[in-house]
Amino acid sequence: MVYNEPHPLEIKVLTKRFLLENSASIDTYLATDGYKAFLKAREMTPEAIIGEVKLSSLRGRGGAGFPTGMKWSFVPKNSPKPTYIVVNADESEPATCKDRLLIENDPHQLIEGMLIAALATNAHKGYIYIRGEYRYLIDIMDKAIAEAYAKGWLGKNIQGTGFDFDCYTHTGAGAYECGEESALLESLEGKRGIPRIRPPFPAVAGAWQCPTVLNNVETFSAVPAIIRDGGQKFADYGTPKNGGTRLLCISGHVNKPGVYEVPLGFNMLRAIDEFGGGMRGGKKLKAVVPGGSSCPMLKADECDLPMDYDSLAKAKSMLGSGGMVIMDEDTDMVKVALRIMKFYAHESCGWCIPCREGTTWLKKLLTRFDEGRGQSTDINLINEVAKNMLGRTFCPLGDAAALPTISIVEKFREEFEAKLAVQSGSYDDANRFVQIA
Amino acid sequence: MADPVNLLIDGKAVQAPAGTLVIDAAKMVGIEIPAFCYYEGYSLQAACRMCLVEIEKTPKLQASCTIPVGEGMVVRTDSPLVAQARKSMLELLLTNHPLDCPVCDKGGECELQDMVFRYGAGESRYTEAKLHVDEKQWSPVVFYDGPRCILCYRCVRVCNEGMGVGALGIVNRGVISEIAPNDGDHLNCDECGACIDICPVGALTSGTYRYQTRPWEMNHVGTICTHCSNGCKTTLGVRNDKIIRGNNRDRSGINGEFLCIKGRYAFDFTENPERLQSPLLRIDGELQPVSWSRALMAVAQKFNEVKASGGNFGVIGSNRTTNEENYYLQKFARQGLGTDNIDHHRSGDLTTLLDAISGKTTALATVADLYTAKATLIVGADLSEQQPLLAFQIRANFRHHAAHTYTVTNGPVRERKYAVAGLIVKPGEELGAVESLRDQLAKESELVIVFGDAIKGGDVRKLVAFGESLGIPVKYVCLVDYSNSRGAVDMGLIPGLLPGYNAGTAQGMATHEMLAAADLDVLWVIGANPLKSASLAGHSAFVVVQEMFLTETAQRADVVFPAASAYEKDGTVTNVTGEVQRLKRAVKTMGTKPDLEIFSLLAKEMGLDLGPTKPEAIFDEIRKTVRGYNIPLPIIATGGAAQTSPVNGRVPLESRPELIQSARDTLFTSGSLGRYSKMLNSVMERQAGLYESGVNTP
Amino acid sequence: MTFSPELEAKFAKMLTIYPAGRQRSALIPMLMFAQDEVGAVTPEVMNELATRLGITPLQVDEVIGYYSMLHKKPQGKFHVQVCTNISCLLVGGEELYHHASKTLGIGHKQTTADGVFSLEEVECMGACSWAPAIQINYDFHHKVTPDKLDQLLKSIGKVQ
Repeated sequence: MVYNEPHPLEIKVLTKRFLLENSASIDTYLATDGYKAFLKAREMTPEAIIGEVKLSSLRGRGGAGFPTGMKWSFVPKNSPKPTYIVVNADESEPATCKDRLLIENDPHQLIEGMLIAALATNAHKGYIYIRGEYRYLIDIMDKAIAEAYAKGWLGKNIQGTGFDFDCYTHTGAGAYECGEESALLESLEGKRGIPRIRPPFPAVAGAWQCPTVLNNVETFSAVPAIIRDGGQKFADYGTPKNGGTRLLCISGHVNKPGVYEVPLGFNMLRAIDEFGGGMRGGKKLKAVVPGGSSCPMLKADECDLPMDYDSLAKAKSMLGSGGMVIMDEDTDMVKVALRIMKFYAHESCGWCIPCREGTTWLKKLLTRFDEGRGQSTDINLINEVAKNMLGRTFCPLGDAAALPTISIVEKFREEFEAKLAVQSGSYDDANRFVQIA
Repeated sequence: MADPVNLLIDGKAVQAPAGTLVIDAAKMVGIEIPAFCYYEGYSLQAACRMCLVEIEKTPKLQASCTIPVGEGMVVRTDSPLVAQARKSMLELLLTNHPLDCPVCDKGGECELQDMVFRYGAGESRYTEAKLHVDEKQWSPVVFYDGPRCILCYRCVRVCNEGMGVGALGIVNRGVISEIAPNDGDHLNCDECGACIDICPVGALTSGTYRYQTRPWEMNHVGTICTHCSNGCKTTLGVRNDKIIRGNNRDRSGINGEFLCIKGRYAFDFTENPERLQSPLLRIDGELQPVSWSRALMAVAQKFNEVKASGGNFGVIGSNRTTNEENYYLQKFARQGLGTDNIDHHRSGDLTTLLDAISGKTTALATVADLYTAKATLIVGADLSEQQPLLAFQIRANFRHHAAHTYTVTNGPVRERKYAVAGLIVKPGEELGAVESLRDQLAKESELVIVFGDAIKGGDVRKLVAFGESLGIPVKYVCLVDYSNSRGAVDMGLIPGLLPGYNAGTAQGMATHEMLAAADLDVLWVIGANPLKSASLAGHSAFVVVQEMFLTETAQRADVVFPAASAYEKDGTVTNVTGEVQRLKRAVKTMGTKPDLEIFSLLAKEMGLDLGPTKPEAIFDEIRKTVRGYNIPLPIIATGGAAQTSPVNGRVPLESRPELIQSARDTLFTSGSLGRYSKMLNSVMERQAGLYESGVNTP
Repeated sequence: MTFSPELEAKFAKMLTIYPAGRQRSALIPMLMFAQDEVGAVTPEVMNELATRLGITPLQVDEVIGYYSMLHKKPQGKFHVQVCTNISCLLVGGEELYHHASKTLGIGHKQTTADGVFSLEEVECMGACSWAPAIQINYDFHHKVTPDKLDQLLKSIGKVQ
């Protein structure tokens, strides 16, 4: 089911079945072009499939935005080892709640996307890694998989095409870090979700050290439409190099928070107005998290821009995972910074020093500010500690923690200044001695 | 090997083999890149981020411990950015690391201290509360102080990868991650202490060493472990004539950093209160302390009497005394007392092996060979229990070189976990099982066969014949028990066999024959305890014992001389693979004397002139007269290991397999010495479960 | 130990879906499902799964400590998880958490004396566009207000 009203400006490509009755059933799927793309892809060469995906300019929808076709092309051909398809359904980036809907409402679209990726890379087994909190999706997915087996869309000799593919679900157990692809693979192998040293990348040595195609749910779910209708058509929904639609998860201080399928390049302010239904209570916009809490914040005056990978990068932020958080003028940015840091400190795997110690230190610093015990030198210290993490951690989690923090401190410094313990500087020195005692 | 790669590090041209990591390439030109988690020989972590460097054309700093060198790479380790990164990493590390350096065992040799001193900031900006958890004791040996732990995972790796035990893991997540032991609140492991030694900070400390001293107050004496036959270098930390710790962090021996619990901790027998510190003489049926001169006089008198009357002597030497002592002892017996009744506890059939490989000059493997050989076959021995360094070498060879291991044993052994083939057979069926591996073994390009006392007598010849029939180069290791078991054979502590495997003119009695001889007049036992498991038939025999403790044999003695331990004397010993190393005196125990000194005093008292009496002079004689021992002195003098050259000739001695029996000591036992090590006796909890567990499984 | 026939069947299948020799891969799903059935990852569960998967109990322990949904002590029959992460925070997630805490009389990761309820302040659960959200056991509840929460808890209490 869906949890918010659709919007007329949506372009429903991935979500086109969401409102159908029994949208998750294989009958509904087959009645609405389901699995046609697989049959079409079966007639294509792997190169042609990858070419079509490249043409669509589909980029990873998990957050990193790596071109999907290119990622698939890294899988070695004629490897003596088996190739695996792994779906990242560990949706955990704060403010993101789209993969959940894609599985809940159209699990067969995901299976078909996996099948096509399997054809493109000669894989015969796939695993859907679903975050532990989404237990109900495992039931939905397992049911869909069973249906697909029953109707000959999974298993041996699929629809007489001679192609075999097995598909399984695999539950996580509560770890944001497992959304990072190499950590996810460790978790899939029954270990702590500690990221791996890369290279080698998963395409070459992924699950069980075998070549692996690892993509986000939304990325795989876009593939059937791309093959069915052609990569160009998908690309045309968006802007050049930023093809297609994406599921935008709007949350925060708007009238109509919800998940909407939006073409890439849609103007951010307009999205807030149109899809979000405008600011709640007529308040003024203060800041936007453009794509999950890892992205640097945008101030209201930075938000008049098209939402695509390149424009956001130009604005020194990221399109990220599609989790857009709208904050109004009353929002306490120190509290927001603290809550974000609490999250990263909680989720830091602890493997490397800067992330493990840095997130904890920042959490303590921000807590002091939030409690009105900040000191004037601490504002710069927060910024410096975050910058000391930036680009130096073992995996991107350190950056994910540092980037929003730096952006908040730099863009909303006055809010930190307003929370200083004592406005004069003299308190600082005295306090240092108190701390030591 | 692939073509070498050229790169620039801090402007210095470096040429390194392809695949070399930048951190190692830098070392090649004398540039130190600091790191905590990177540790040569163990898996890569990239966790501590201390080794970040600038690499041209790469936007972010890179961990030099995981980046292989690239052609034309330009690396900077001395830039302001790198310096700032190191400083910040240390600042972050110190946020939760307690600054309890004044009471920390590691203070003075702490890598974190050194790094902060060299790369860190002068002042901390961290004013929040530090996290604290209480220290835990995991075993009599191992203590863990969580807050001090910097999570470099060295201990986890050395235990899992190095030792093959996997007793340490990482629990929890994030900043509350910590190292945890395998048995709930405590360790069930080899207690080797490798985790403690490899810890860069004071997170893991040892029960024997903690709070005893500051490191700079110790003298460090590199000597050879006196327990098993592997010949590990142990560097004893000595303060006020007391051994406080053993380790080998300078990797100066054949064992590199490796030591087992015995080498690292079981030096405490030297200060056991039961240690004999005065000669004892049986007066009115009781052993009573007497002066050295009185005891020596009593023995000399008796020896001269028996000698003059043509009586029967029996001499039983030691597996732990030095080559010099053994050489002098056999001379004493054969020339001084005129008897060939001289033997020692024989734990492996070395003489038959040497005879069987006669004519081959490359058939004896060294400790180093076990790390480089393409394949190893282990027959009838539990190496991890009995020969821990050899086991470590074979394990490292598997990890680093994917070498093949084959085992034929009577029960599960740790080596079997990664063996290509691991056969478990009943005692006596080993050779048949080895034969069944023929096809597989013949496909190897080379092989080392390591065998225990299950193979002796004719079986040794059969095993060698098998090896020779494979058509590939084969080397052998005949396992023996103690630190100088090998040297005892080399020095002729065997009836009928003179030093250097020369034929004797007489054929004396073996140990059990001496014990069974009703007409034995004198039994002289040095550093051995034959009466623990046998009785002495010669009721009237005068028994002289040189010992550290009042063992069963010493209790039967008429005179007991308090002997110095291996850590209290100089000399050389020869390990299981025939490598000669130097013992260096670390401490002295009041009242004791090295066996050599006792021999020479006795000789003097008896009026005998048996040649030089100083270890160096005797070793000189050994080099000249004992086959295989003409080895370079500088190697020995500088604390190295010199391989004896092969005997390469027939050994004129009949195989006596019935005389060969290993004591089958475990990691936690060490003959009679082990009984007097409180440490060894305190840790004997361990289950066989470690053998078959899934450690190292993918 | 053995689990229910249904779970045993599930486990049996699970052990077949990963590549040969990689059965350890089933560890996390097995822990989750076993925890659901037993109520916690007890030492017995740990040892049992370690044996079945050919790994050491320590290796199981390492995994349990890493994942926030795995717990060694039982939680309440109804585990109330209130999200206070950014999207929920902005629309009353914290207030909701405090309300739940006050109503149930327990704090973060605590269980009521009767063992019926436990409470946890959790990280983003993926219901951001329908915030504030809570999960009671595995069930999502969207746009929860303090009143709605009271009703929910009351209805659960009645089922009790």
